[in-house]
Parts: sequence; structure tokens; C-alpha cells
Amino acid sequence: MRLRIMFMLLATGAASSLIAADWRQFRGNAANSVAVGESLPTELSGDTIAWKASLPGRGLSGPIVVGEQVFVSASSGYTQDRLHVISINAADGSTQWERQFIATGRTLTHETMCNATPTMASDGQRVFAFFSSNDLICLDLAGNLQWFRGFGSEFPNASNSLGMSSSPVIVGKTVVVQVESDAEAFACGVDVESGVTLWQIDRPHAANWTSPSILPATNDTPELVLLQSSKGLAAVDPTSGTIVWNFDKGASTIPSSTVDSGSIVIPSNGLTAIRPATGNTFEQLWNASSISPGTSSPVVVDGMAFVLNSAGVLTAGETTSGERLWQLRLRGKFSSTPIAANGYLYLFNEDGNAFVVKPEKDKGTIVSELDLAEKILCSPGAADGALYVRSDEHLFKFSKRHQGRLSTE
Amino acid sequence: MRQLVSGFAAILLTTAITCAVRADETSEAIAVLRDVQPGSTDSAAARAAVQKLTTGGAQTLMPLLHGFRQATPLAANWLRNAFEQLVEAETKAGHKLPQQELEAFVGDQEQSPQARRLVYETLKRTDPGIEDRLIPGMLLDSSAEFRRDAVARLITEAAGMSDAAKATTLYRKAISGAVHEDQVKTIAEALRKNNETIDVQKHFGFLPEWSIVGPFDNKDEKGFAVAYGPELEVATAKMPDLQAEYDGQSGKVRWQPIATTDDYGMIDIAKQIENYKGSLMYAVTTWTSDKEQQVEIRLGTPNSWKLWVNGELVFEREEYHRSCKLDQYRVPVTLKSGPNQLMFKVCQNEMTQDWAQRYQFQMRICDSTGSAILPAKRTARHAANPGVQ
Repeated sequence: MRLRIMFMLLATGAASSLIAADWRQFRGNAANSVAVGESLPTELSGDTIAWKASLPGRGLSGPIVVGEQVFVSASSGYTQDRLHVISINAADGSTQWERQFIATGRTLTHETMCNATPTMASDGQRVFAFFSSNDLICLDLAGNLQWFRGFGSEFPNASNSLGMSSSPVIVGKTVVVQVESDAEAFACGVDVESGVTLWQIDRPHAANWTSPSILPATNDTPELVLLQSSKGLAAVDPTSGTIVWNFDKGASTIPSSTVDSGSIVIPSNGLTAIRPATGNTFEQLWNASSISPGTSSPVVVDGMAFVLNSAGVLTAGETTSGERLWQLRLRGKFSSTPIAANGYLYLFNEDGNAFVVKPEKDKGTIVSELDLAEKILCSPGAADGALYVRSDEHLFKFSKRHQGRLSTE
Repeated sequence: MRQLVSGFAAILLTTAITCAVRADETSEAIAVLRDVQPGSTDSAAARAAVQKLTTGGAQTLMPLLHGFRQATPLAANWLRNAFEQLVEAETKAGHKLPQQELEAFVGDQEQSPQARRLVYETLKRTDPGIEDRLIPGMLLDSSAEFRRDAVARLITEAAGMSDAAKATTLYRKAISGAVHEDQVKTIAEALRKNNETIDVQKHFGFLPEWSIVGPFDNKDEKGFAVAYGPELEVATAKMPDLQAEYDGQSGKVRWQPIATTDDYGMIDIAKQIENYKGSLMYAVTTWTSDKEQQVEIRLGTPNSWKLWVNGELVFEREEYHRSCKLDQYRVPVTLKSGPNQLMFKVCQNEMTQDWAQRYQFQMRICDSTGSAILPAKRTARHAANPGVQ
């Protein structure tokens, strides 16, 4: 019996370490920007760049990691209609395969954005690349096309002339996408295996660049997907599309909500924290109107909520009360959402300046800076002791293990 | 000996049957991919078809490429994935691709522009010289990408010339194939610097002359869904009565002419008439076609809009102030031979921000590469300037 329990513990440990080692979607496996159990280099420098790989096109989409493969999407061409999905070997930065497709929907975006703005997602067996043109492409890990949904052509009015940016999330066997614009808006759950729509719900007709978040299951409630819009935040059953509860006090249409220990921090009237309550409802914990995120989504970790405003000021708030703890001025404009790992925050501004910040209850301290001299608008990823970030030209890997070794392109 | 001959014949027959079977399987697999439907209900069959094609060897390449012709964008993506995997498999196996046959395919304008470009880029990986061999002859290609490359070479060549007359000749040649805004801008600027005339508006095929009526009420953005007089008339008569008078937002309104000399064909209601907040206007024009033809109506506007062609609503879009760009929207339509009536409804809302004050639109008619299709009957402006190019 003891042997059996030990085996089960080992098996569970192996499975969870496998999951912890991946970074499978925008803001990580739990879609909350926290790299649990990762030990990343706290000093970013040329010495910690393990490799940098050339990319075939532009992208605001962040890298995802499945096992030894790093996946990233890109778009190229005069009209940004060429869609790229690239698999890169995590060990050495070499390209394993690249697949190209042609957009079936509108590719027009604001100059800052591009067609490859949403971050890819994976269920561990497949990868899902979503684009501003609303093309959702599923490939297996070897690059074989599994299915292709052209939501842009299926729903030609569901587009935004400034571009779409919502990244898909995987919940169970469902890919959840938000396709929301002024002219047409919906969210749907798509079967990971077949690409068939399992459910589709109407959403507020308003431009929306936020991405879904995930509220983990508890003993009383199943896992829910959180869909944010200018109207608020809807908690939706990912298997049916049924709205379980609805926070209707309005929310931002750019930074997305984040979940920590069962509480949800919403970019709403500054920041608002709520917690699901019994009876398919929720209770508000606090509101902090003075803590207002810019483009980046909030990050909640170690009892603190962090937001970046449009002027590059990092603000820390207390997660039990919303009380502001401190502010730290970084440099430049930020589009990307930071990630938290091993007690540090990793932040990249649009000019390509990387910052490692040590956050404490009374202050935040910049412990490392690095100028990558390339435009960075994506949110980084972290897996297996490495930090990944991409520019329009390159994918960078930072790692302690590769300290002193730089292989370029 | 007789046995040997009959044995050889049997082998030939078996090979012929195998090839025929394989060819049938290839055609079948290509047909499956060409028939793939939106909604992904047939993804399993499509996956199986791709697998069949990617293990079919080099003889599968050309049929696969021919399968791109007139394929839907969705089907073309499945065919592309099969091609990429097949090339990968062939390369890995150390097999050489049929270079000559593939290069001939690139030059065959009867084939899918997308497939030709795919093959070109595949060949270019191992044969960079293909660019010099093919691109200069692709100035008027059916692929916008090939045209762009050919135009870029001419622009570079012209920019390096010290002889203004020779440079002008090259720029003139370049503009004949240019379909992208950035290249046309560069060429127009260079030509004008050399005191040359160029009609950018005509080059793109903009519609510069309209009749317009309004304002009608669009307070709280409600007018988008309201069918005012012109809209009611177009539903029955295909063209509103240009002599009619309507109840507008603040009194009676009548049709009036509006035209633009702007390079990019912008009809600027806010500047040329008035920026009536919370209003909408209707604009109509006639475009005469010398034959029935498929065209793209491309338009740009920061305002909400509806477009009717010969009385049929072809697209509507309720989005305000998210940008205004050339070719922001592409609407494929079939025009009949003779006069075609276009009616455009353009709506302004009541947003007060500086960036939300534009009330304008630009519209042009072109082919799928973006190359202008000019009307059979020229507008008054072009008729008055027949020498302008």
C-alpha cells in the first residue's frame, strides 16, 4: 500500500512538473502571468541569453512552450496576410518546422499592431494559432494541420479596423475565443480535436482587446472561463457557454482580469477584486480607483497586485484591501504584461528594455536591466528555467543554465 | 522467352494500374481538400487527404498545385499545408524537386497566384537566381506580390539614375504595375519632382464624382438602421430619384453634386459640406462597365456605412472612428454590362474627441490585385483632361 501511495505521489509529481515546465498560453497555463516553480535568471544580460532565433515576420504574440518546443506565430507581407506558425527547438533555437497560411479575414490593423497579435495556445498535443484576421489554426506538434477555422470569413463583420488581439485559452477539451468588435461580437468554444463549434454566445457589440481568464474549479463550482468586456465580466461554463454569473459594473477593454487564489482582480474602475460566492454569484472584496492599469494586464502574486500604467509606472497594491503600497518608475511605454517568477517580476517595455524588479511589501527595486534594442510588445513566457520573449525580428531565450553561451540565429 | 515477355508485360501492366490507382487517389484527395467547408465538420477527411498527398511522392506535386486554381481561401490553406509537408518529405528523402516544371508553373498566369508564389518561394530557397530570371517579367502579373517585387526593382533602378529622363521612363514603367499605396506614393513623388504629371486618382480607379443628400438623423447612432427616402427608393427602383426632396435632420434636403480632386479620392463631408454630428448622408454614383465582370469595390471610411450595388445591399458595417485607410474594406461584386448604380450610406456619430471628427469616404473599383478597373464611360473630370495619366 505504501509503495502504491509512493508511486502515485511520484506519478502526480511527474505530471505536475511536466505541466509546470510548459507555458501553454497567454499569461501561462493558469492565464495569470505567474510562473509557478520556475527559477529564472535574476540578472538579464548577454551572458544569460542562451540563444536568439530569427523570426519570419512581425508579432505581438508571445511565445508558448510545450516540452522541448517553443512556438510562436508571426505575420508578414504588405497586407500582413501571410500567417506563420513556427516551432523552435528550446535547446538550441533552431527552427524545427514552419507552416504558412494565408489569412481568410481582414488583416488591417493599427501600425503598432499586426495580424499576429494574439498569443498561441496549446493543450499539450496540439497548438492553436489565432490571428487578428480571426483565423484559428490547429496543428499537431509536428506541424500537421488538424483544422482551420476562418472566423473572419464565417463572420465578416466581426473585425476591428484597429486590429483584434484577444488570445484563446484552453479549458479542458475546449478552445475558448473572444471575437468582439463594434459591428459583431461573439465568444465561442471550439472542440480541440475537430475544430467544430461546441457553443457560441453573443457578446456586447463593442471593440474589445481583452483575453479570457480561467477561474479554477473548487469543491463547489466547476472550472469557469471569464469573459471581460466594457460591460463587465461574465463567468461562463466552458462546456456549454452558459453564463453562470455576471459582474456588470463595467471593465476595461484592453488589460484583462487575472485570478489568484480564487479571487479575481478586474481592471474595472481602477482595479476591483471580487470572489465567487455560493449560489452562482460573487462578492466584491475591494475597489482601488487609484490603481489603474494601462495596456498591460494586472499581475497578482505573493499578496500583492501589480499594474503598469501608460507612463511606465509600476504600482503595487495590497490584495486584501486594494490599498496602494508603492510605486516604481520604470522607463518607456509598456504594452506587454509582466510575468512573476521566483519572487521577481520580469517586465519588457516597447523599446526593448527589460527590467527585473524585486517586489517587497514596502518597495520595489530594479535588480537588473537590459536593452535588447528591439521593439517588444509581446508578453513573455517562462518554462523549464528559461524566460522567452520575442520582438518583430527575434525570439530570445534567457536561461541560467546557458550562462556564458550565446548562439545567434 | 515468351514467358519472359509475358512477365515483363505483367509488370508493366501492374505498374500502369498502380500509377492509375495512385493518380485516382491523388485526384480524390485533392477533391476532398478543394471541397472543405467552413465550420470544420470535415476536418478528419481533410487530415486524411493531406496524409495521402504527403506520402504520394514527387508525382503528386503538380496535380496538387493545379488544385489551387479557384480554390476557396480555406481550401487553399489545406492544399498549402499538404504542399509544404510534401516538399519537406521529398527534401528529407534526398529527392530533387522537378525544378523546370515548377519554374514553368510559376510563370503560368492561368494558375493560382497564391500557388505560384508558394512555388517561387520554395524554389528560391535553393536557387536565388530565380528572382532575376522571373521577377522583371512580372510587372503586370496576376499576383500583387509578384507585381510588388517587379515594381520595387524598377524603383531601385530609377532612384539610382542620374539622368532624369531615363529615371522618368523607369518610374513610368514602374507605375504601370504598382498596386500598393507605398510604391505609388514613392513613384508619384519622384515623377512630380521631375515636373511630370501623374493622376494618382485615376491610377487607383477612385470614384471622384457623386450626388449626395443629407443630413438625415443619426442621433444616438440610431439612423444606421433607419431606411430614409433614398434607401426606400433604391430597394424598388435600384436608383433613387435625384430630383426628389426629403425630410432631413433639420429641414428639406435635396441631392447636390460633390466631387474631389484628392489623389486618394477622398470625399470629405466634414470639410466640403459640414460635420453634422449625429447625422447620415446618402451618396450615389453611376459606373459604366463595358461587360459583365467581377470586381472588388474597395473603400475606406472612419464612419459606419452601407453599400448598395444596383439596388442590392452588398455590405454594411457599423463601426465608428476605428481608422480610415485605403482599401480598408474589400467588397467583391459582379457588375453588369452598362451603367451600374452605387449608393453609399455614410453615418457620423456624436463623439466629441478630436480623433472622432472625420466624416468622409473614398471608394474605388479594381481587380483582385488592386489594379484599377476604369469605367467604360469616363467622368467629366477625366473627359476634360484626356491627356492626364
